[in-house]
Amino acid sequence: MIGPDISAVLPEIILSIFSMIALIFAAYTGKDRTAPLLSWATAAIFIALAAWIGMTGEGTTVAFKGMFVDDGFARFAKVTILLSAAVILMISQEHLAKLGILKFEYPILIALATVGMMLMVSAGDLIALYMGLELQSLSLYVVASLHRDNARSTEAGLKYFVLGALSSGMLLYGASLAYGYAGTTNFAGIVEAASAADQMPIGLLFGLVFIIAGLAFKVSAAPFHMWTPDVYQGSPTPITAFFATAPKVAAMGLFARVVHDAFGGSVGDWQQILAFLAVFSMFLGSIAAIGQRDIKRLMAYSSIAHMGFALMGLASGTVGGVQAMLIYMAIYVTMNVGAFAFIVSMERDGQPITDIRSMSMLSKREPLTALALLVIMFSLAGVPPLVGFFGKFYVLTAAVEGGLTWLAVAGVIASVIGAFYYIRIVYYMYFGQSDEPVETAMGPAQWSVLMASAAILVVGVINLFGVEGVALAAAETLVLR
Amino acid sequence: MNNLLSIITFLPLVAALILALFLRGDDEAAQKNAKWVALAATSATFFWSLFLIIGFEPSNPGFQFVEERPWLLGLTYKLGVDGISILFVMLTTFLMPLVILSCWHVTDRVKEYMIAFLILETLMLGVFVALDLILFYLFFEAGLIPMFLIIGIWGGKQRIYAAFKFFLYTFLGSVLMLVAMVGMYVDAGTTDIPSLLNHQFGTETFTLAGIQIVGGMQTLLWLAFFASFAVKMPMWPFHTWLPDAHVQAPTAGSVVLAAILLKMGGYGFLRFSLPMFPIASDLLAPLVFWLSAIAIVYTSLVALAQEDMKKLIAYSSVAHMGYVTMGIFTANQQGIDGAIFQMISHGFISGALFLCVGVIYDRMHTRDIDAYGGLVNRMPAYALVFMLFTMANVGLPGTSGFIGEFLTLVGIFQVNTWVAAVATSGVILSAAYALWLYRRVVMGDLIKESLKSISDMSLRERWIFAPLIFMTILLGVYPAPVLDTIGPSVAELLTNYTAAVEASEPLTQVAEGGH
Repeated sequence: MIGPDISAVLPEIILSIFSMIALIFAAYTGKDRTAPLLSWATAAIFIALAAWIGMTGEGTTVAFKGMFVDDGFARFAKVTILLSAAVILMISQEHLAKLGILKFEYPILIALATVGMMLMVSAGDLIALYMGLELQSLSLYVVASLHRDNARSTEAGLKYFVLGALSSGMLLYGASLAYGYAGTTNFAGIVEAASAADQMPIGLLFGLVFIIAGLAFKVSAAPFHMWTPDVYQGSPTPITAFFATAPKVAAMGLFARVVHDAFGGSVGDWQQILAFLAVFSMFLGSIAAIGQRDIKRLMAYSSIAHMGFALMGLASGTVGGVQAMLIYMAIYVTMNVGAFAFIVSMERDGQPITDIRSMSMLSKREPLTALALLVIMFSLAGVPPLVGFFGKFYVLTAAVEGGLTWLAVAGVIASVIGAFYYIRIVYYMYFGQSDEPVETAMGPAQWSVLMASAAILVVGVINLFGVEGVALAAAETLVLR
Repeated sequence: MNNLLSIITFLPLVAALILALFLRGDDEAAQKNAKWVALAATSATFFWSLFLIIGFEPSNPGFQFVEERPWLLGLTYKLGVDGISILFVMLTTFLMPLVILSCWHVTDRVKEYMIAFLILETLMLGVFVALDLILFYLFFEAGLIPMFLIIGIWGGKQRIYAAFKFFLYTFLGSVLMLVAMVGMYVDAGTTDIPSLLNHQFGTETFTLAGIQIVGGMQTLLWLAFFASFAVKMPMWPFHTWLPDAHVQAPTAGSVVLAAILLKMGGYGFLRFSLPMFPIASDLLAPLVFWLSAIAIVYTSLVALAQEDMKKLIAYSSVAHMGYVTMGIFTANQQGIDGAIFQMISHGFISGALFLCVGVIYDRMHTRDIDAYGGLVNRMPAYALVFMLFTMANVGLPGTSGFIGEFLTLVGIFQVNTWVAAVATSGVILSAAYALWLYRRVVMGDLIKESLKSISDMSLRERWIFAPLIFMTILLGVYPAPVLDTIGPSVAELLTNYTAAVEASEPLTQVAEGGH
């Protein structure tokens, strides 16, 4: 009944139509009173789509003359994106309601951003890439300033917008160069043009560098990370949680797509750039986080460091590298979702707080919460036997296999520096002293997400829930095509 | 009994889970229950491990009780023991019930304390039985978490500084080892330890960043492992975390740290550095010898100057570990036998010494040597026990301390007489600081007002020391059980080592000629 092209993008179409209907429904009925209902509905549809994509998809479908690619890699990334977005929607409502900003636009914007992200990881063409990226980014600029009476939130939105526009500009400039020298915007065409001669045309190389710079902005890899701490700190906490999870997976997936699909034949040309980004991000993220007192800023630097590790996997330029990156991102999302489930519930006298010193002696008041957070923190630090260690192990293996042993050594040294601030949070929870302790207002949703995340990080040591094989299959469809 | 090792390893963890899930409340009854569960679990573990030693075939130098299941990324969940590791397993299971008994009077967050020790026991046992590189690393590193909490929550005044220093120091050492392990995996295509023992890692000299690396890949791998084990051991000059950690840790934490955790370094040298990188070990043995000799003399001198009892014993531990590293890299039967013996015996002796400090610390709440004096007048039984372990620490013939020191010194004498001479002077120094400590704490008249009402050891305390005294004297007069168990495995290790070194003799000479 429907053509093969349409059926490939059916999940994206469904989600777009859902957003439109939801927008009209809310605008004509209860406005913000419908926000909780819409949030749950959006989360439900995310989960349904994730289950659908995860279970039914087979093989590789190239739709719209190469514009859109539906393959194992895209499906892996989409499932991760949809699930993490759903979880964030579930844990964010109480917090936003307390601030009085649980608006009906919030779940709709998140849904639209998610459509953009799904397009990003499926992009087979520079134009499709840009469309997806901008749909995502524009939705995110708006949600960053959702708390519009708050100066910090609007500042975050504006800063994100200006810097995001700059990075989009760089990416577009790179894309236009690539088009100019390859004669096509299609990834398959670019990869031919790039590997036709011994040496990639210099204009195409310039294009590649600019595209990578633009993408590095989106994954907040150093030295393009400047916006991250401010935006993380300024945005309402649930939105920070969203920034830290799904868009990172999408941008990383897009990164992998561009370097492997469009420039797959010239690994040597982008490997050094990625290795540099990785090493710089890991060290900057680890060192700059040490001085932070605000947990949201700390998580911002933590995510920069983690992106460095994921890029380390990508830098190796092998199937194992992409597999490692996918596993790393899945684990990273699990840890961050758990951590933010706690952070959104931090408050005192009904007001949200973010000072890490307020977590002092949490273990006395709420032993189970503190224990779950301890697991997450040690996992973020990459201490075995927690699952976070396996993420690091995969990327290190990929890097050594790819001949980047120096990068692996740099990575582990950075991870030791990074361990300091994670265990400092443990220190506050277990041995610290403070006059102004945090009150946690955990709803059942936050509580179960926190506990589930901690449990996954412990139990995952047995077999990582089979994610290894799926990620390998996904990586193979991308690299060996 | 195909999964005996899994049972032994994970029994304490199961008990910890039971405590965590089913024990509620923090009143006195709940605390008692937590202690009894922990004691029962550690005793049961010891009981199960007796099956291990009974079923163990000492004449077989290979791995026994092997279990194997597939795991992630081509790794395997593989456990097994040989003559070298079984004794460390026994040492751990033997000491843990005593450790639990020694913290019977703790009242602060007892349940969590017991859980931390039970998890720690699983992780320590895992280190000694793991036969997969990454599985080993997993257990090795994971031990940091409970120990970090034990020092940080239940420790002394400076506990936070000590806990952070402990964690970050050991973490830095270990992650370099992780990179080396990844490198080995990529090179050999497996993480199976028995297979890696037969794998020949490259020794071709190459130039890296302008520096000529003699011994090639093996040297780099050796150094990465050395970074981890030398910190763990700890060897001079990487030992500075140990006195801090020991002083601040609670008594039971100190006992575990000194008696078992430090042995992981020595075990690592024996399991990885020596057999897997024989050429590099041969090349770098002089470095280890001199570091060990310096450790023995220098830390003994430092121990002489200490005013804190725990710090003094901590420095004496570093000195004794110097004999171990020296013995291991002599690569002869006496040296390695002596090193292993020294580790086992030091497990009993240092554990007992920290318990001795604990006994009077619980009464007076100070570790300052100056705060004591003339304890013999009020505590005759304590004076006797302390005397025995002081003598064992010095290495008096008839105690297990003597055998280990003597064998390592015999071993090193055959290889490097100068190092032997320096190291032997350490024996005198250790007598000096240990006996002086004893004199200042126990002997003399009881003049301090605060000590007038101090009471002698309770029955519980006596029972803790009884097995330790028994083992120290038994191994001192009849060391054969230990030496017979480790003999074949060590002999096998040495055969392979010598063959590898001899086969590469021309190669290293060429490399050295090229300097």
